[in-house]
Amino acid sequence: MSQAAASGHATADVYESPLTPESWSKLAMWIFLAGDAMSFGGLLAAYGALRYSMPSCTDPIQLPCWPMPSNVLGIALTGFMTFLLICSSVTMVKALAAIQDGQPKRMCMFLGFTILGGIIFLGLQAYEWSHLIHEGLALSHNPWGTSQFGTTFFMTTGFHGCHVFGGVCYLTTVLIKGLRGGFSATNYNGVETAGLYWHFVDLIWILVFTFIYLV
Amino acid sequence: MDESQRRKEHYEDEHVTTLHPNYMGVFWWLLALTILELICGSLPTGPMYPYFAKVFLLISMAVGKAALVALYFMHLRFETRTLGLIAITPMILCAFFLFMLFPDSGWR
Repeated sequence: MSQAAASGHATADVYESPLTPESWSKLAMWIFLAGDAMSFGGLLAAYGALRYSMPSCTDPIQLPCWPMPSNVLGIALTGFMTFLLICSSVTMVKALAAIQDGQPKRMCMFLGFTILGGIIFLGLQAYEWSHLIHEGLALSHNPWGTSQFGTTFFMTTGFHGCHVFGGVCYLTTVLIKGLRGGFSATNYNGVETAGLYWHFVDLIWILVFTFIYLV
Repeated sequence: MDESQRRKEHYEDEHVTTLHPNYMGVFWWLLALTILELICGSLPTGPMYPYFAKVFLLISMAVGKAALVALYFMHLRFETRTLGLIAITPMILCAFFLFMLFPDSGWR
């Protein structure tokens, strides 16, 4: 028994993650995020290539042309959505800092704010989409220019929105575990790993906002 | 020994609170860059403000914001160099894909 226990303990030490000694889950999350970044990179690279392949729309419209995002999309609204995600990233790091300092209640409060930020973001995105669809933007056509504008817009922002939804669900499970006393100053890896995912969602939105809405 | 155990011993031995990066400082930088982006994006292009300058400024600011999030919020600055390489590899590959596609797009 003692030999087996000693052997088990030695095995745990041998298999400690070399890059993230605190947990394997953190390394796994980083590897997942690297792969996920490639997915977004593919979408943004395709967007850039399509955008570069045709001129911007002028008046009168000469097809094929790419509609100017600032003339079609609501920049003020998405600017606010960007601000919201940045704020939610701050509340996420505050949640991690709180549990590292041994304050689980404070962590739960900040996690709640983070989830709320994600839900409001999703609500605003639904509002934006419904407004644009009402104006005629669709996957296959739109009244302003090339059909690829709508395709790339919905694909990229939709894929990101799915990530935000996944993040809200993920953080909710972390919050429930936190409320049940599952985290402490010496056991916070779950919060840190969830935080990595949420910050990645924020980071990707920063790039999506610039490429899709501003450029 | 895992990080949780080290932190526990740190708490028990020295009774100190954890030092955290200046998250609010990063937040203000992100906010300022976002406002600058919105201003640069809304200004009309012309001879004094060519389109390529607008694109260059916007992408530079976006990359700067992304770097701030990765370095401080995702704590990449405090991680090992190899983990940093894992994180930056997709960015390099994406830039490569983009520049490989540009010649084809330009000739259409």
